[in-house]
Amino acid sequence: MVTTRTTPEVGGMGHSPRRKEDPRFIQGKGNYIEDIKLPGMLWMDIVRSPYAHARIVSIDASKALAIPGVLAVITGKDLEKYGLHWMPTLMSDTQMVLPTDTVKYQAQEVCAVIATERYIAADAIQAVEVEYEELPVVVDPFKAMEPGATLVRPDKGKDTNHIWHWEVGDPDATDAILKASDLVVKQDVYIPRIHVASIETCGCVASFDKVEGKLTVWMTTQAPHAIRTVLALVAGHVGLSEERIRVISPDIGGGFGGKVPVYPGYVIAIAASVLIGKPVKWIEDRMENLQADSFARDYHTTAELGVNRDGTLTALRVKTLADHGYADSAANPSKFPAGLYHICTGSYDLKGAHVEVDGVYTNKPPGGVAYRCSFRVTEAVHTIERMVDIAAHEIGMDPAALRMKNFIEEDQFPYKSVLGWEYDSGNYHAALRKAMDIIGYEDLRKEQLEKRAKGELMGIGISSFTEIVGAGPSRDFDILGIKMFDSAEIRVHPTGKAIARFGTKSQGQGHETTYAQIVAEELGIPMSQVQVEEGDTDTAPYGLGTYASRSTPTAGAAAAMAARKIRDKARKIAAYLLEADEEDLEWEPGKFSVRGNPDAVKTIQEIAFAAYTNHPQGMEAGLEATHYYDPPNLTYPFGSYICVVDIDKGTGQVTIRRFVAIDDCGNIINPKIVEGQVHGGLTMGLAPSLYEEISYDEAGNCLGGSFVDYLVPTAVESPHWETGHTITPSPHHPIGAKGVGESPTVGAPPAIANAVVDALWHLGVRHIDIPMTPARVWKVLRDHGVEG
Amino acid sequence: MSLREIHLTVNGEARTATVENRLLLVHCIRENLGLTGTHVGCETSHCGACTIHVEGTPVKSCTMFAVQADGKSITTVEGLAGPDGISPVQEGFWEEHGLQCGFCTPGMMMTATALVRVEEEPSEAEIREAISGNLCRCTGYVNIVRAIQFAHRKIHSPAPVPVMAHEGGE
Amino acid sequence: MIPAAFDYLAPASLDEAIDLLARHGPDAKILSGGMSLIPAMKIRLAEPAVIVDINGIPDFEYLREEGGQLHIGAMTRESAFEQSGLVRHGYPILFETAKVIADPLVRNRATIGGNIAHADPANDHPATMLAVGATIVARGPNGTREIAADDFFNGFFSTALEDGEMVTEIRVPAPTARTGSTYLKFERKVGDYAIAAVAVNLEVDEAGHCTSARIGLTNVSDVPMRARNAESALIGHAVNAKSIEAASREAAAECDPKADLRGPVEYKRDLVRVLAGRAIGRAVARAQGRTH
Repeated sequence: MVTTRTTPEVGGMGHSPRRKEDPRFIQGKGNYIEDIKLPGMLWMDIVRSPYAHARIVSIDASKALAIPGVLAVITGKDLEKYGLHWMPTLMSDTQMVLPTDTVKYQAQEVCAVIATERYIAADAIQAVEVEYEELPVVVDPFKAMEPGATLVRPDKGKDTNHIWHWEVGDPDATDAILKASDLVVKQDVYIPRIHVASIETCGCVASFDKVEGKLTVWMTTQAPHAIRTVLALVAGHVGLSEERIRVISPDIGGGFGGKVPVYPGYVIAIAASVLIGKPVKWIEDRMENLQADSFARDYHTTAELGVNRDGTLTALRVKTLADHGYADSAANPSKFPAGLYHICTGSYDLKGAHVEVDGVYTNKPPGGVAYRCSFRVTEAVHTIERMVDIAAHEIGMDPAALRMKNFIEEDQFPYKSVLGWEYDSGNYHAALRKAMDIIGYEDLRKEQLEKRAKGELMGIGISSFTEIVGAGPSRDFDILGIKMFDSAEIRVHPTGKAIARFGTKSQGQGHETTYAQIVAEELGIPMSQVQVEEGDTDTAPYGLGTYASRSTPTAGAAAAMAARKIRDKARKIAAYLLEADEEDLEWEPGKFSVRGNPDAVKTIQEIAFAAYTNHPQGMEAGLEATHYYDPPNLTYPFGSYICVVDIDKGTGQVTIRRFVAIDDCGNIINPKIVEGQVHGGLTMGLAPSLYEEISYDEAGNCLGGSFVDYLVPTAVESPHWETGHTITPSPHHPIGAKGVGESPTVGAPPAIANAVVDALWHLGVRHIDIPMTPARVWKVLRDHGVEG
Repeated sequence: MSLREIHLTVNGEARTATVENRLLLVHCIRENLGLTGTHVGCETSHCGACTIHVEGTPVKSCTMFAVQADGKSITTVEGLAGPDGISPVQEGFWEEHGLQCGFCTPGMMMTATALVRVEEEPSEAEIREAISGNLCRCTGYVNIVRAIQFAHRKIHSPAPVPVMAHEGGE
Repeated sequence: MIPAAFDYLAPASLDEAIDLLARHGPDAKILSGGMSLIPAMKIRLAEPAVIVDINGIPDFEYLREEGGQLHIGAMTRESAFEQSGLVRHGYPILFETAKVIADPLVRNRATIGGNIAHADPANDHPATMLAVGATIVARGPNGTREIAADDFFNGFFSTALEDGEMVTEIRVPAPTARTGSTYLKFERKVGDYAIAAVAVNLEVDEAGHCTSARIGLTNVSDVPMRARNAESALIGHAVNAKSIEAASREAAAECDPKADLRGPVEYKRDLVRVLAGRAIGRAVARAQGRTH
């Protein structure tokens, strides 16, 4: 049960008020990047490479420049004059802004056109004549690791495409445990390259004021403050100083991790605005978005899991090749090149684990960002949940029973995993049991047997995942050196209303509502009277932004802590007004009263008024506080999902008949928003399971680079999700919350994959890689003698 | 570049725009008419973020030229609310949390607005099929279905709209 | 993604349209629903110098029965098929075909004439037109002529239309009491082009023998095709599991799919077999009055 301490009018935690941001969205008054229009604004469009690897012999812009309205064609050589042709990635790798000699992946930026109008710019990019000399291409990451492979990054001065090696865990102890296990199941698992494909693409409006020397950039970014600092570091040498850079992240039409990186288009638009002295707008189209922006996943994994005949899981060994394309453009905390992938022991009490990951360059677009997931957690969860199911089937144990037997027990929390994480809280048995009860697990198993006897294919898949979010504690977590705290600044006005500003940036998560609810919970000021603002670096306190389900764990905590600072001051003022000792005051949401004298009351509104009109002598006036929250630990949301599928033997089509998702994200701020986050995350978990993939042919041509072939699920593919929750508060978070936006994206794919394999195990099928398309499932069926 | 003047009724108001033949209707609406609630999410007519009504019929305005709307009446998201406030569809999306980032929402609501005109309440499957030309990346569609059901009941049922149970929100 | 510039002409009558097409020759492109043309123009796969927009021609959208045939105006929108009781009950194969084209918003603009004249082997109407034995009425500078669907599709994105000719009407014979027909499409997700689809139109006599059969296939050949061997395997035979199986195997053998992101050749062939079997079964049931 979600409990509430405030009235619906106050709308603190546990209430589901209508969202505060919605009136503008439902009336067409949202303010997205493409809606920004400035006087004299120019348009930028980008010429992109048709080849995956080629030398640029020449760029002839004369025909483009002859088109009326075309002002400039900017090449890498132009940017080189200012030292702006290269930029760092968030993983301290480097990537070209514009090439001076070679292109390294298809759809890479070659040069940019600046014109007075969008349509003219579009004509001009067609008129730019580029001569290329094709070079050998390496697409397959395994071939890229072979000696003598085509070098993707000769600029690195190394004779290899290998980027980095990273490992964690004790290899010898793990090996010994595996050798002593009754059985070791081994499986190759590929988690394919996918793209977040937010419905709004990326873009910016860069506006450089030559007189003031100030740059303002409206940008589709999930992390405006970090971007400002990066811009200052990258362009400091041309005079852009951080106090003269303002990044504004307007309403964002979905982010999911794809709007964390800095893309070359942003930098070119900024350079163009600085050079020309006019605002420059760049909005990428969908094909550019899918073909050139950072991808997610692309992990080639071999996993081994030890299991004893009694069902005890023993140890896990994982080796992964991480295909980063042309550059490591992940947005991981710098200490963790493979992100938090070593959460891969999952929900199970394993005694040994060893993980090795190698990053590799290929002639594909750069990336390694999230797809609605916290730093490679999806890859980790997919691996362990697939392996656990394979182990269960191999020893002939029910997958639910095997999970129950190996879950970390409730009384083991806080639990230190063998790979070093300290899980804050959990009750894994309860979540799985609840999911099994809702879906009727035992009856489904009976039905499955009956169907199988008739030759029908039905499968039941479970995923009991553990997420790891809320990055993160400053001792371990930074991006480009900036610690991963987040911030809140709350000001209570004299009339008792408030404004709260944050270092995060909502992309649909509903921060304007949930942050207001946290403030309402802590101060008793109605959430309707708390104005929430984010995304403007000139006004908001510094923060690392919204991704990796970190907003509630970090900025949400900061909101509570700042509110408590305000409450502490309010107590002093109340004591002064009531002529009582602070210790004698009791707080309930919205007011202090004197213990034993319920009539002696001061409301937060009265106190706020006094803070400006009648505050104690010697006390600073005003009622405001800022908090930079450095989380003591990460939070560990979890859940159990059960999926039932039917498989058409003729077509290979997988149909999801039911899907029950039980999530535990700790204390719930807004049940309706949490449910909405789960629904959306489930559909984004469904997507790569059955539909989405970006693949490449041997020449490095992108396949699936538009919505024709990149199959974002519609309402028809997306099932009627059945959701529910358990509540296990985080013990270290000020309001006991954990974060939820990504759990379903992380947890759903293995539930679906496990269900499909479960339907086919008796035929000898051990594993199918996602996406489990009809063609792929058909092949498995026919290879195993199933006729349709 | 040849320009021509087109005359159209936009959300009940007579408007004139001077356009190139090739100007897409969605760009005419956004740039020439200044109504930025209609969005663009792709160029292959898949996402439906640009959905508007032309003569009452929902269509993708990225796949029409502005000149084709000459003499026609169009409705955009800005025209959904009436003098009495927001429309039942808008209220349904708000009440049922049928939107998150809001980018697909205008197009989705335009499709929904045409759908809820039909007297007989569509089944969930029919609603899902009807909105299959509109992609949403945030909501997983469950609450969009609820929003449309809310709107349909509000328009067609004499009884007050019952408070609906939500599995996730006890 | 922005189209290249073009001249825009909007004839108010068919005569005017034919004149304009004659005047501008290969520079001109007809704009009907625009659902294939405009996206192609946006990515500059198509850059016509002249657009002849036929949306303003009156009396070009209709569905009416006349002389034992359904007459369909070329500009009839796909959504009109879904909304028409006449189509839904009298010509279920047309309802089923229109219903699976793209998405509801696209179907509010897309036209049957455009779908057919574009002759994309992935389009859905061509296979159905082959199956029902439709007649395509074309008009050009030399007047009006009727072209059998069998003769209409003659190459990859190529038709029997002469320069300056346009499709004005499609005529579909009314089914007899013993006709059963259906269109069965399998796609990666709703609204996608078919991985494969099968249109079946057949008659079964009282003794349970197939007296006529026409089968069209979608997206498994360069040209919309009839599965003639499959038809032969049915005609004159008792319709039962065995003959349906034989016919569906013939269809799989005679189609000529290409591998792409929808799947390898072997998959598409087998899918044709599976879909043909199901579609024939459904058509037979309808012919025998067991289902609708």
